[in-house]
Amino acid sequence: MMDRHIAAFREEAAELLRELEVSLLELEERPGDGEVVGRVFRALHTIKGSGAMFGFTLLSGFTHRVETIFDGVREGRIAVTPPLIGATLAARDHIQALLAAPEGAGSELDGVGEGILEQLTRAVGEPPPPPDPAGPSVSAAGPSGTIATWRIRFEPAPDILLTGANPLLLLRDLRELGNLSLVAHMDRVPDLAAFDPEQCYVHWDLILTTAAGKDAIHDVFIFVEDRANISIEPVAETAAGRLGDLLVARGDVLPEAVEGAVKERPRVGELLVSRGLASEEQVRAALLEQQHLGALKEKRQRVEAESTLRVPAAKLDSLVNIVGELVTMQARLSGYSLESGDAEITFIAGEVERLTETLRESAMSMRMLPIGETFARFKRLVRDLSSDLGKRVDLLIEGAATELDKSVIEVLVDPLVHLIRNAIDHGIESPERRAAAGKPPVGRLLLAASHEGAFVSIRVSDDGAGLDHGAIRARAVERGLIAPDALLSEQQLAALILKPGFSTASAVSEISGRGVGTDVVQRAVEDLRGTLAVQSTQGQGTSVTLRIPLTLAIIDGLLVEAGGDCFVVPLSNISSCQELARERGAVRRQSLVTVREQLVPYVVLREHFHIPGEAPPNEQVIIAETREGPCGLVVDRVIGDHHTVVKRLGNLYRHVEEVSGATILGNGKVALILDVDKLARAA
Amino acid sequence: MAKTILTVDDSASVRQLVGFTLRGAGYEVVEAVDGEDALTRMKGAIHLVLTDLNMPRMDGIELVKRIRTSAAYKYVPVIMLTTESQETRKQAGKAAGATGWIVKPFSAEQLLAVLKRVLG
Repeated sequence: MMDRHIAAFREEAAELLRELEVSLLELEERPGDGEVVGRVFRALHTIKGSGAMFGFTLLSGFTHRVETIFDGVREGRIAVTPPLIGATLAARDHIQALLAAPEGAGSELDGVGEGILEQLTRAVGEPPPPPDPAGPSVSAAGPSGTIATWRIRFEPAPDILLTGANPLLLLRDLRELGNLSLVAHMDRVPDLAAFDPEQCYVHWDLILTTAAGKDAIHDVFIFVEDRANISIEPVAETAAGRLGDLLVARGDVLPEAVEGAVKERPRVGELLVSRGLASEEQVRAALLEQQHLGALKEKRQRVEAESTLRVPAAKLDSLVNIVGELVTMQARLSGYSLESGDAEITFIAGEVERLTETLRESAMSMRMLPIGETFARFKRLVRDLSSDLGKRVDLLIEGAATELDKSVIEVLVDPLVHLIRNAIDHGIESPERRAAAGKPPVGRLLLAASHEGAFVSIRVSDDGAGLDHGAIRARAVERGLIAPDALLSEQQLAALILKPGFSTASAVSEISGRGVGTDVVQRAVEDLRGTLAVQSTQGQGTSVTLRIPLTLAIIDGLLVEAGGDCFVVPLSNISSCQELARERGAVRRQSLVTVREQLVPYVVLREHFHIPGEAPPNEQVIIAETREGPCGLVVDRVIGDHHTVVKRLGNLYRHVEEVSGATILGNGKVALILDVDKLARAA
Repeated sequence: MAKTILTVDDSASVRQLVGFTLRGAGYEVVEAVDGEDALTRMKGAIHLVLTDLNMPRMDGIELVKRIRTSAAYKYVPVIMLTTESQETRKQAGKAAGATGWIVKPFSAEQLLAVLKRVLG
């Protein structure tokens, strides 16, 4: 049972850590923003408090000490500096490690933690915060066991009822401790005319004989001790009672003053006014705006939090799988209904198709996530990389709300990391070189996402030095990728950097030279059935664009037939269809078809897959857009649209490049899904 | 009749754990994510409020103040969930009219013992 709660905590803490990272990075940009400081503090505080609840003592203790520092920041005692942010980010990572580590296996992590705390201490320039006192104080046992008699005076303040306390319940608690006698003093109860029902006029003298110690008795009153006069005195069994003179009023701290002090933080606005940098009205107006915006933001966050339901990703995956099966069965039903000619069945099949379509869309949309969260994670990467390399880089994000299938986003992370590394390492120049080239010293790195039909386009562009086309050319010739006299456009040259084994960085740097080349990006994008394009202008920057289909699990395809076998061509590739006039028996030198006054090469599926039999007199050619340019696929006939679930073919078929997967048709037959990019190479 | 407890905490996992403990002990539980949310959920019979101190929008202390100045709920006991390091906040909460507090981390037994003391 506890496991379930712990899992919930881990999930929540992971989310808080993500928020913490975002807030810290924001804080680095705006060190004076109290709202952000508040968010950092709250995140730390919640992690600490909840961590302790769920038995993560190491994590809780460590977080406590970080939190203490941010308490200082909140109160204005500690300034936000880049070293502080850096150390806190390290602390955040350490908390993440502690969260993942099985409790108890943390001795070596403890050493890491101490190192980070030292780093924090140095950043703050203050003595380290004391370690967390070991757990809540346990009530001292007191002289329990021995039966003693106590004289207790309980005189609650008249307004005690207004704290929600019920004195009678306390008396009942005392009675449970032992043998209790009591006297209620009613002398302060006023006349009915002056009687206020919200006031407590009664006070009590009690005599309690109990084995519980003084602490246990005191514990009963712990919640009301501020609003009551309480005295607990041992009674010598033989002594005569002298009740009246035992009362000592407790001098309480002035909570109002403390609260006032907590609220009193140095205000930037006041500082500005006092220095004559801004008028009071300006500051007041700005404050009003700040409050207004803050309220809006909180409201929005709350609405989002309330209308969100957490579901394990695996459940969604299985839902999508089932929907996939359903789509297949529905296609089968539709096929059968058409053949049967039964009006009733046809009607039902139509309805099922409509519902399946809706279900499929909503199931897919559940897996859609805005890419912004992934982009935001790169802020940290950009920050760390640029400071490692001594460069200054601003990360700009566009289209954070663009939604993509969860599985696609997961695959995209690594290629994007690689592209960002490349851009910062090779693209953006050092501040000195930028200044020499007449550019602003801070480089710009843009991550942009946008929808383009069934695709999402993701662009990573920098305003750095751009690609050195000459160097690329020389390298490509050296590697035997192109002929020395090949005529290539700048774009074609740029595309060469995506080829396997290509690297122009003469000195393999620490950052992007870790054995992953741009061809890794290429492969990942191919796995996603996407495309990759590079554009670069020397001296002005490089831009890499990834074009990725929205989803992987289900594709819209065109079902075609060649020699009795069925194939699916992804609809996203297809630009047009037309009839193909071929001269029978003629020896073909080149397979070309004219499409809109342009010659397009084609592949005859029948021949390519060695399917025996005669081709029909009128064949169809499907024109597909591929990486190699437009390409025709010649088939016997086009059957129609087909929603299909992609099933992987498995390892046995991994060498069959032209086929990206398979699907099951309505009649139970298998249709292969074609990879037109690969097929086009045969054209 | 089962008594209704309003638990206010921005940590969903703590709400889950506390809610589980309370329901297991036969209480009705209403949950809120922060002070403002709590105020909107104070309808009908609420016999006790269990609130975290640090929350976005409206913290536990402000919540106590609001409860103590409301017409319908000013006598409702409010228990604060605090941590060891929050002594000044705890004092502020007490001054605002909180009935009592529980120091995190606490066990189910500790929680139920406090509720019994305050609710009877």
